[in-house]
Amino acid sequence: MSLKLPVYLDNHATTRVDPRVLEAMLPYLTEVFGNAGSRNHAYGWAAQEAVERAREQVADLIGADPKEIVFTSGATESDNLAIFGVAHFYAEKGKHLITQVTEHKAVLDACHALEKEGFEITYLPVDQQGRIVLDDLRAAIRADTILVSIMWANNEVGTVQDIPAIGAICREKGVFFHSDAVQGIGKLPFDVAAMNVDMISISAHKMYGPKGIGALYIRRGRPRLRLEPTMFGGGQERGIRSGTHAVHQIVGLGAACAVAKQEMAAGESDRIRGLRDYMWAKLQENLDELYLNGSWEHRLPGNLNVSFAFCEGEAMMMAIKELAVSSGSACTSASLEPSYVLRAMGVDVELAHTSIRFGIGRFTTQEEIDFALGLITDKVRWLREMSPLYEMVKEGIDIKSIEWAAH
Amino acid sequence: MAYSNKVIDHYENPRNVGSLNKNDEDVGTGLVGAPACGDVMKLQLRISDDGIIEDAKFKTFGCGSAIASSSLVTEMVKGRTVEYALSINNSIIAEELKLPPVKIHCSVLAEDAIKAAIADFKKKKAAKATAAAPE
Repeated sequence: MSLKLPVYLDNHATTRVDPRVLEAMLPYLTEVFGNAGSRNHAYGWAAQEAVERAREQVADLIGADPKEIVFTSGATESDNLAIFGVAHFYAEKGKHLITQVTEHKAVLDACHALEKEGFEITYLPVDQQGRIVLDDLRAAIRADTILVSIMWANNEVGTVQDIPAIGAICREKGVFFHSDAVQGIGKLPFDVAAMNVDMISISAHKMYGPKGIGALYIRRGRPRLRLEPTMFGGGQERGIRSGTHAVHQIVGLGAACAVAKQEMAAGESDRIRGLRDYMWAKLQENLDELYLNGSWEHRLPGNLNVSFAFCEGEAMMMAIKELAVSSGSACTSASLEPSYVLRAMGVDVELAHTSIRFGIGRFTTQEEIDFALGLITDKVRWLREMSPLYEMVKEGIDIKSIEWAAH
Repeated sequence: MAYSNKVIDHYENPRNVGSLNKNDEDVGTGLVGAPACGDVMKLQLRISDDGIIEDAKFKTFGCGSAIASSSLVTEMVKGRTVEYALSINNSIIAEELKLPPVKIHCSVLAEDAIKAAIADFKKKKAAKATAAAPE
């Protein structure tokens, strides 16, 4: 069997739409094209029925009530709605929010925008594994704190936070808790009650659904949680998120949730974790000077983030161009700064430049992993042959002892 | 990053990778850059008594354009005079490789590497002359 190149190992960035999801979506671009808001004819009723069925499918995956699901355009909008929604509704109660330094930009930049409005934000640090320290959170909560936002699993290093414990602290202190759960939903089991969350962000395209659609879970019941909308118009989604329903996209999100539930029950995560564990074991057999970034214990099944010391990340990606991966190297970003997530975890800046993220997913095969292993092994050796640093280390020179001229 | 074919050619088939004996009297070594910045270049030149660069070798830790810039300069200086090598500035390298603006620092580093290697060679020569001078 021949491989389709480049081999796709970037499933944290996005995932391929599952054929079952596509099949579910197609009729809603052709025959069933109605506006779910058209209450007076069959086209509208069919569309509305599809939207409500999808809402049930999303709710079912996370143990929620369908009334607790609000459709959005994706996780960025969900994160923004949760943060601005709470901040603007509860501003009179308090103007303090807590998040962490390794959040996605959708959370961090929303918080920065709130700072300009006069809100105060605490950015909790993380430990070497990329997790917050629960006592830090407890100490950071004040009388005027209205929201804590901590992601479930990190998109770069796959570190999974202790969401139930964080949620329990927030409950005890009477603070609302939002979690950006996009990387974990559909990969690991999630139950909103057991996780003690008030809001979670979900994205379809991270779980084999289409781009451009997501959801925000908003807990109902006591204490009552209310959000100020960020989008105004036709009053869809009970006024929380106006805008004509993107029916085919919503159907895609629903189908992606239903398929994920089925696949998780059939052991998909174990298969993916098996490929990941095999890949890491083989890499260590073949090469020296490798450093795992993040936590081994608290990690997404499909994530492997490795620093290949002495091989700069961008050069590495050019060398392994038959693999679609991403790097924390500065040279792959416009800012020329290496990954802020790795730096926050205390990863040396030198090693941050050499990090590569592999994201294994539903469609990754053993054959693809074996191909990747062969290629990576050859190219790391080739780059190290060319690396003055590797040569110096092999000569016994301590690179840290040299006074490098920063440029 | 969209690179020119020339960068890709030098990156995929780098010329003159390797090391010369840094203790040889006629070898000048330049080591520039910093691991924390994501690029380090080592350029070595073997220079004859009459100032001709007989051999050039490099090793580089860095992105594709850093590797290509160092590979290119080894090709440019081999067989040429020290004076010519000193006249190579970063814009010649950047233009030759059509480096995007964000990668100009790679060509600056390659220019620095040439200057550092020649300075090291001259320092060795001067030290030898002092040592050889009668007391």
